[in-house]
Amino acid sequence: MSYAIEFNEVWKKYRKGEKVNSLRDAIPKLFSRKESELELESKEFWALKNVSFNIEKGDVVGIMGPNGAGKSTILKLLSKIMNPNKGSMKINGRLAALIEVTAGFHPDLTGRENVYLNGTILGMRKKEIDGKFDEIVEFSGVGEFIDTPVKRYSSGMFSRLGFSVAAHMDPDILLVDEILSVGDIAFQAKCAGKIRELLNSGATVLLVSHQLNMIQSLCKRAILLQNGEVVKDGKVEDVFPYYQNIVYKKNEDDLKHKLSAIDGRVRIDKKSMMEITHVGISNGRSAKIEVEDPIEFQIDYEAKDALDNPIFTLEIIRADGILCCSSSTKEEGINTGTLEGKGSVKINIGKTLLAPGIYMAKISVWDKEMMHPYIVHNRDVFRIEYGNKQTEGLFLVKADWSLNKE
Amino acid sequence: MIEMLKEMYKFRDLAAMLTLRDLRVRYKQAAMGFMWAIFMPIVAVCAGILIKEAMSFVSHVPVDTKGIVSISVKVLPWTFFISSIRFAVLALVGNSTLITKIYFPRAILVLSSILACLFDLCVAILVLAVLLVFLKVGVSVYLLWLPLLLLLLFLYTLGFGLILSAANLFFRDVKYVVEILLMFGIFFTPVFYSADSFGKWKSLMLLNPLGSIIEEIDKVVVLHQMPDMLWIIYAMVSSIAVFILGMVIFHKTEPYFAESI
Repeated sequence: MSYAIEFNEVWKKYRKGEKVNSLRDAIPKLFSRKESELELESKEFWALKNVSFNIEKGDVVGIMGPNGAGKSTILKLLSKIMNPNKGSMKINGRLAALIEVTAGFHPDLTGRENVYLNGTILGMRKKEIDGKFDEIVEFSGVGEFIDTPVKRYSSGMFSRLGFSVAAHMDPDILLVDEILSVGDIAFQAKCAGKIRELLNSGATVLLVSHQLNMIQSLCKRAILLQNGEVVKDGKVEDVFPYYQNIVYKKNEDDLKHKLSAIDGRVRIDKKSMMEITHVGISNGRSAKIEVEDPIEFQIDYEAKDALDNPIFTLEIIRADGILCCSSSTKEEGINTGTLEGKGSVKINIGKTLLAPGIYMAKISVWDKEMMHPYIVHNRDVFRIEYGNKQTEGLFLVKADWSLNKE
Repeated sequence: MIEMLKEMYKFRDLAAMLTLRDLRVRYKQAAMGFMWAIFMPIVAVCAGILIKEAMSFVSHVPVDTKGIVSISVKVLPWTFFISSIRFAVLALVGNSTLITKIYFPRAILVLSSILACLFDLCVAILVLAVLLVFLKVGVSVYLLWLPLLLLLLFLYTLGFGLILSAANLFFRDVKYVVEILLMFGIFFTPVFYSADSFGKWKSLMLLNPLGSIIEEIDKVVVLHQMPDMLWIIYAMVSSIAVFILGMVIFHKTEPYFAESI
């Protein structure tokens, strides 16, 4: 079995900050041979750590990962713009990269001249471009402006022409990096169509994207990267939960950080008569909550004064601010009586059908008329983890499908 | 190195396109356009003649046509060399978007910038040829040496261009140093004078391969003499050596271009 792309234990390091290019530093460096390539000097960091994967001919593979995971570095190594510090890679076939498709354009040249220039930069022969020229112009929709210098083009025309040249290369291996954000919807659809066409012709495609739907609809296999390491490599369905969890974990940390920052500044009432000392969120057994788990909230409070029949409310708010559901002792018709001193309240909201994601529990305690709150406590973030169910939207449904064929 | 040449051959269409680009860009949006390619060598020749006249005025030696023709002939390879080096030094740095975004053999960039200058040289040679016919300089069999000499000039220039462009990518100081060297170079290269006028120091002048190439060009074109074999061999060895050295240095440093630019 021959692979289209082989990536063997590749390491790549970058340097932070400005690179000092002075002779004073460079000359001694020439003479002092480093003991090992795998040592980091100060300010250096690994963009890729021991990354290995093989891609078979004709495969369509998605590369996913949060920002800074090393996706673009992989594409840059594959397109030979940079070399790895250690490890090796092998590419069998003609490679085209749909990255920065307008990089080869010169503003002073006309569209026609730029098509030839960019085409040859990408590795096409002149004859080849001659044959495809009309097709390229047709695809780009630049039309009568083809003999106008591209500096007079609109930015849309500019990038459309760039994409058209790159897309007509007939590569064996295609690298795509978030390309489909070019042009209007009609042109994007055209691009997606072109990529599908390439797929059907048996090309190997490596797709970097944050758009999960795109990876889902085009790829069979996905590779998940985080901090320069391969976290998961396998079928798209298997990799997705890992990706979601990584992204959500990051969101959760961000949100917690933000909330704790706010908490330091805003205090509703210093001499609050009610204090919430602790909120525990669990599924009854552990703090890790998965889809379809029951969720239990335990609120420890301390009433500084005797409070007459206070009302407790619980609201669950998604990270983007949507109020998902709420419950209160008033609605449930529960009389809390007089509270004084420490105590705790337990709320079990049962099996939730909330979709995986980050949520915030907002707990408030009101006076009996619900006129003013004693306390509003909204800094408890919890995460519903990705289970084995795929969901889009706010909540899961128990759908019952039936098909009737006449 | 063979591999490097092979890869460059694979991208020969790119070299042609980039050369065209350089030429088009150079003469686009200039009112005189392509006429500059003809005008510039004429100006250079005039400057040479002016200097020769001035020198003869000071030293009271009458100018002969041969002297003027010699200068006109020698100025062209020299201008080719300095303009090539000037463009080549900036060839990599000026195309940084290409270097960080797309892969192709980077030597093509240097090569095409020099090819664009070579085109200008060819135009200038045509202009000069007309002039030489007009001045009744005549032809001889020794003219057959000219292609070889021009090839050596090209290899020598390309070798230097490769080294300097790579060096300038890492240390931008290089372009200033190059400017200074080119400024002084005219004094140490037998362009506006003949190496013979240095008597026993003549060999020293010709140690600069550019000097020996230019002298030999003068010999075969104007003086109708058999070139000096010793200096031809010396020029051949040294320009090929510079070329190979340039290729090797360029090839060794190429992987670091994208990160260091």
